Amino acid sequence: MNAVAVVGFAQSPVRVREDATTGGVEMLVPIFADVFRATGLTKADIGFWCSGSSDYLAGRAFSFVQAVDAIGAVPPIMESHVEMDGAWALYEAWVKIACGEAEVALAYGFGKSSGAELRRVLALQLDPYLVAPLWPDSVSVAALQARLGIEAGLWTEKDLAEVAARSRAAAAANPAAQVSGDVSIEDLLSRPYVADPLRAHDCAPVGDGAAVVILASGQRARELCDRPAWISWFGHRIESGSLGARDLLALPPLGPAGEPAVDVAELHAPFTHQELLLRRALGLGGTVEVNPSGGALCGNPMFAAGLARIGCAAEAIMSGRASRSLGHATSGPVLQQNLVCVMEDR
Amino acid sequence: MRAAVLGVGQTRHRSKRTDVSIAGLCREAADRALADAGLTFADIDAVVVGKAPDLFEGVMMPELYLADALGAVGKPLLRVHTAGSVGGATGIVTANLVQAGVHRRVLAVAFEKQSESNAMWALSIAPPFSIQVVAGAGGYFAPHIRAYIRRSGAPSHIGAMVAVKDRRNGARNPYAHLQQPDVTLESVQASAMLWDPVRYDETCPSSDGACAVIIGDEQAALASPGPVAWIRATAMRTEPTMFSGKDPVNPAAGVAAAADLWRKAGISSPIDEIDVAEIYVPFSWYEPMWLENLGFAAPGEGWRLTEAGETEIGGRLPVNPSGGVLSSNPIGASGLLRFAESALQVMGKAGAHQVPGARTALGHAYGGGSQYFSMWVVSSTPD
Repeated sequence: MNAVAVVGFAQSPVRVREDATTGGVEMLVPIFADVFRATGLTKADIGFWCSGSSDYLAGRAFSFVQAVDAIGAVPPIMESHVEMDGAWALYEAWVKIACGEAEVALAYGFGKSSGAELRRVLALQLDPYLVAPLWPDSVSVAALQARLGIEAGLWTEKDLAEVAARSRAAAAANPAAQVSGDVSIEDLLSRPYVADPLRAHDCAPVGDGAAVVILASGQRARELCDRPAWISWFGHRIESGSLGARDLLALPPLGPAGEPAVDVAELHAPFTHQELLLRRALGLGGTVEVNPSGGALCGNPMFAAGLARIGCAAEAIMSGRASRSLGHATSGPVLQQNLVCVMEDR
Repeated sequence: MRAAVLGVGQTRHRSKRTDVSIAGLCREAADRALADAGLTFADIDAVVVGKAPDLFEGVMMPELYLADALGAVGKPLLRVHTAGSVGGATGIVTANLVQAGVHRRVLAVAFEKQSESNAMWALSIAPPFSIQVVAGAGGYFAPHIRAYIRRSGAPSHIGAMVAVKDRRNGARNPYAHLQQPDVTLESVQASAMLWDPVRYDETCPSSDGACAVIIGDEQAALASPGPVAWIRATAMRTEPTMFSGKDPVNPAAGVAAAADLWRKAGISSPIDEIDVAEIYVPFSWYEPMWLENLGFAAPGEGWRLTEAGETEIGGRLPVNPSGGVLSSNPIGASGLLRFAESALQVMGKAGAHQVPGARTALGHAYGGGSQYFSMWVVSSTPD
């Protein structure tokens, strides 16, 4: 299999954008320019393009077709799309390079979550015959998981507030973050519940955004980047779609077995308690810096946030801050689908 | 790394499969593919799901709910969506997972259950800042067909000839939605005009259906109890819906994809080297149009192959012996059905619609506003 590395990353600031259409073009054009400027590449250098987005979020069929207008695909390009977070588009791009079909590939994800009531839209991901008609919204379903964890003694509401406070403080250095700053645990715990036991700070804010990551193989990666983030492990798995059929607290081991520890981990945890679950499933020790970007709790553009986690983790290596890092992405209700990308300096 | 189709399965396509849920529909195809390959879900390393817009069923990302029914729990699952070409793209993504050495055996499942919602409505939503077509696919493509007729000088009965051939072929395929063994040129030409020049009998049906394909590596192929279809080459290309200089009659993306495909497969004269083609023809006239776009005929000459009967079973290049999209159109599955039917031909398992002696076959799909193209070449031998 060809060696593949991340050589470029850009993301749009996560904001509620009144001025952007749901097709993603307005958010994608500037970040394509950013990542091309940083790598010296042009669109003609990209051998394969792959995007991640959702028609339901966009409120229309074929929203990704409109996004292709951000590329300017004349002459025609080799391109594909997943109806998933852009992290899985990156996975498809990694496969494309690994099998020798492309040398340089670009993955992007975009989502305008503010176009409708996100927690109700996401209820439509559930079993369409038996569960979705009851409209259990995504925040309430996550609250069931958080409640189970409290009852099992895995965490307290204060533990969750500490995750939020640490994330917001870290996000102060991240210009893409939607929320950031210093907050006191006492203040957070005095706020009302959104869905008991979750408060607003336990839930990712609703925002719009896009992210882009460029991959390259072998020698090409070294030409494009001083410190490419070489992918040493890339995998993902899905759990049961039936909420009652899986133990919501029992995530399987997600990362590679027996590999050296990472310095930095960027986890796609849209709820505070999910960061704690993911730390355990990934076997992250106390020395690992988790979500130095602030993570999804400080900016969660749907279908781009997972890709942005991998991009942030790669940037830690490309900038020299870390020698091994891990990016995680999730999809579906309460961590149903999880993807892990481990990268290293070589 | 070499990859081959180990098994193929599909549902009996109907306008309304009210006897099964979405999961039941997909499972029916998956079970048949596993049986065909002599495998069980335990042998499958990963699952790739393809379907067209989620609005066609009214379920957001249905693969999440389908994980259990498709034996995917605890495994990687990818969901592909590239408009009407999605079935083809699903086959290519699945092949790539094996060719890259990531997995040994991967299950691809593509479906559409159009009776759960209303595709015409889903295609007609007014998106902000965009043109609202409000015409469904037929209204969108009919002007391109008229342009083709004007440009090529094709006689007006060509479209009806394609419809007769594909519907009669479909009557040889027990899985086909429409079973019309007695259709004639006169009956097609007497059917109602929907979008000039496309008549009712020249357009694809709305179908519920699913298709499953299992792709394995060389070792898995050699261990397969039955014949396999070796994947010689895959190609996909995209261009924008509209741009200055776009040729919707002979799109550049299709030309580029075909050129890439033939080069990778080592094919210099497609008409001589391909024994059978399963081409995505949702409206009759797209047979001659895509024959030209794919390089089987020079621009303006594709209709001559159709008129001479060369695209019938027994002709120089049989096109859509399965009955094609004109006989069954579960949209998300239609592309994978083309890929699967091409595999069945070179495996020699196409039954009553088998093209005798087929050794090398084309599977083709397109989507969006004639802007997404995916295709593969499969053979009975690896090289």
